[in-house]
Amino acid sequence: MAVDITQFHEMFFEESFEGLEVMENGLLNLPPGSSDIELINDIFRAAHSIKGGAGTFGFNEVSEFTHDLETLMDLMREGKFSVTSEAVELMLQAVDCLRHMMTELKDKRPIDYANASEISKHFKLILEKPEAAAPEPEQVPAANDTDTDTDTDTDTDTDTDTDCKGWRIGFKPNPEMLQTGNEPYRIIRELGELGDIKVHVLLDDLPSYELIEPCECYLAWQINLFGEDVSGDAIDEIFEWVIDDAEISVEEISGAEAVIPEEALISEETSIPKEPPTQTLDKPKEADSPLPEPSAVRKEVSPAPAVEIKSEAAIPIPPKSESTKPKDEPARGGDSKSIRVNIEKVDALINMVGEMVITQSMLCQLSKEYNEESHNELVSGLAQLEANTRELQESVMSLRMMPISFAFNRFPRLVRDLNRQLEKDVELVLHGEHTELDKTVMEKLGDPLTHLVRNAMDHGMETPQERLAQGKPEKGKIELKAFYEGGAVVIQICDDGKGLDDKKIQAKAISNGVIQEGEVLSKEEIQDLILRPGFSTADKVSDLSGRGVGLDVVKQNIRALNGSLDVQSKENSGTTFTIRLPLTLAIVDGQLIRVEDSVYILPLIAISESLQLEEKNINTVAGGVDLYRIRDENIPVVHLNALFKHDVTEGSELPKMLVVVESNERKIGLVVDELLDQQQVVIKSLEANYQSVEGLSGATILGDGTVALICDVHDIFTMSAGQYQLSFDKIFQSGHNYAA
Amino acid sequence: MATILAVDDSASMRQMVSFTLQGAGHDVIEAEDGQIAYDLAQQHPDVDLVLSDVNMPNMDGISLIKALRGMDSYKFIPMLMLTTESTKDKKMEGRAAGATGWIVKPFNPDQLLATINKVIG
Repeated sequence: MAVDITQFHEMFFEESFEGLEVMENGLLNLPPGSSDIELINDIFRAAHSIKGGAGTFGFNEVSEFTHDLETLMDLMREGKFSVTSEAVELMLQAVDCLRHMMTELKDKRPIDYANASEISKHFKLILEKPEAAAPEPEQVPAANDTDTDTDTDTDTDTDTDTDCKGWRIGFKPNPEMLQTGNEPYRIIRELGELGDIKVHVLLDDLPSYELIEPCECYLAWQINLFGEDVSGDAIDEIFEWVIDDAEISVEEISGAEAVIPEEALISEETSIPKEPPTQTLDKPKEADSPLPEPSAVRKEVSPAPAVEIKSEAAIPIPPKSESTKPKDEPARGGDSKSIRVNIEKVDALINMVGEMVITQSMLCQLSKEYNEESHNELVSGLAQLEANTRELQESVMSLRMMPISFAFNRFPRLVRDLNRQLEKDVELVLHGEHTELDKTVMEKLGDPLTHLVRNAMDHGMETPQERLAQGKPEKGKIELKAFYEGGAVVIQICDDGKGLDDKKIQAKAISNGVIQEGEVLSKEEIQDLILRPGFSTADKVSDLSGRGVGLDVVKQNIRALNGSLDVQSKENSGTTFTIRLPLTLAIVDGQLIRVEDSVYILPLIAISESLQLEEKNINTVAGGVDLYRIRDENIPVVHLNALFKHDVTEGSELPKMLVVVESNERKIGLVVDELLDQQQVVIKSLEANYQSVEGLSGATILGDGTVALICDVHDIFTMSAGQYQLSFDKIFQSGHNYAA
Repeated sequence: MATILAVDDSASMRQMVSFTLQGAGHDVIEAEDGQIAYDLAQQHPDVDLVLSDVNMPNMDGISLIKALRGMDSYKFIPMLMLTTESTKDKKMEGRAAGATGWIVKPFNPDQLLATINKVIG
């Protein structure tokens, strides 16, 4: 049966990437001189698995490359090599290199081995150092212990000439060999597969019936083997598993010697295979013995052996050549297509489906005997079905959720490397790693997060000297936080560095033409400038952030996930970037609203309240901005019909509604014609079906089959500010002034 | 056909081993470390062959084999270690613990089946 091994590649890559992560995290937590055996073992095991798997699945380059790393870890594990920062650094590089190799293999791209061979060279150097050299068992002569003679004399005697006529083999198992699961019969049968054999059972050690221990082996055999090309190696290989559990002798004989010495012919001579020796053993004297192999204790029995099979080194290792070439077939590259799901989640899902089936059959039953009186039952049944559906939906969504630690766990390494590179001393603190996030969102979040952390390291943090001069603690701190807020996940990157320099930003923005000279901007607006396209405040372009990618791209990426990016900063005490993301990209709880004759949907999480609009509460201030007074607050008003360019029907009969929405802790009131239902809607992409439209994040199909557009509240903030030719800070400022 | 307890902490290895063995008509019980395998062994006294990786978290393959040999139903059945050639001492250690033999990693499905057929054939 030919098994196509490529079908296991995807699983192999998946677990190897996990293993690399284990190694990386482990290495990062392995201080020089450490003897944390647990940790060292974990790292070793991960390396070992990758090596083993790579060999098995045909990625020999990976397997060979991992070998040195594994060896080094093994030495550390045995305490023969102490953990040095040099070794850890090299192993971290090897982890990177492996990750790269594996990514290329996964995507079926050719690998550049330059880096790998460079790293391998370093490994060799490290391993050759005197402190490391000692342990390799191959170099230690077996010397002391005679019966576990470890290495030395290889096949010299056995395979010198291969065209011998035959072999005389003495095989006397230790009494307890059966307890290792090794069957003498199996071994004799295998010998029979090499050529013709004559087998003689030696019953010398067979005790009398009462003394027989059923679990022990009392028999010995002498086997004469004849064949064309029977090599000593092949025989050794057959005895490989039992060399310590039996006395074995292998002696070369000529055809003439092939006669069994008379004294050996104590009992049966059998031309073996095909049936177990049990059946041939019925005839000895103790024929009533129920046992397959009787025979007595060990004595020096067998004829003087010409060759003793000794070490494992003498044993040919099965060829590993077959799996050499990487098969360049299936296993698609790109984003990973499988997810690992906690079994509990699956169980919950099955439960829910069960309940749904019950409800459904209940409704079915009801429909058969439906009459006026059962109407209430129908209603409650449908309500039940709705509850089931929602639960099911939530639980299906949760299958896609993963803890954010998957996105965070690359940062300890990044910060460590950047510390070295930039000569800074920054500690990274993670909070809320268990916060769950949609897998797709998570995958797309990696790059923006990396950029922000790099940015904080490069621009935000000072060097230890600068910090001391500022009276700050020498060690800087970057915090990565994740938490839920409303229906959103919030991720913050906070540093306690030098903060944003407003004057510098403003000057730069003017020189870059991002803003006009003389423009008066609030602090928030100035800080927001760094998120605008084409902005860079670095005095010199370092190799970190000077990649031609600005923070505006980060912002765009996050916007593409329906999220937002904000920055707050205080000079000399640090900067915080805040990312807000929806829990999932697929479904939103929506408030249906009517604007003229169209239905729109506002995400429920953005709405803080809704009220009937009373004209008397509207005040128009300078710049044509309408402010609405709610309690003690004045909030700007946006007419959605105007914003979305509907034909305005004058003098509509119904009183209008004001929906107050929030974004970035600011509020505006949206004037709409009517509030309709609230419901969950499945988001369909506008880009995929039409094109991106400002102010809208997507569309959905309603129960009656019509299309409704989903509003992007953040966009509406920006658009309406543009509409008034004013920035919102001014609106807010004027609003607050007005209130005051 | 035989019932085989296959133990390896690597999911891809388990997948490969199971797929190969099942393809040959065997029943496979999978375990991802020695402890889980030992617990499973209590529930399955009818296992004909144990295949175990050596390096595993919680309980390694050698401790597993030693523990299984202490159980009546596992006293004489073949138990093979799946091991890499780099761990020679492990082979000795495994043999001392009661392992029947070993299959050297890397191996391919054909080699696996050939060896298994030898011990349970």
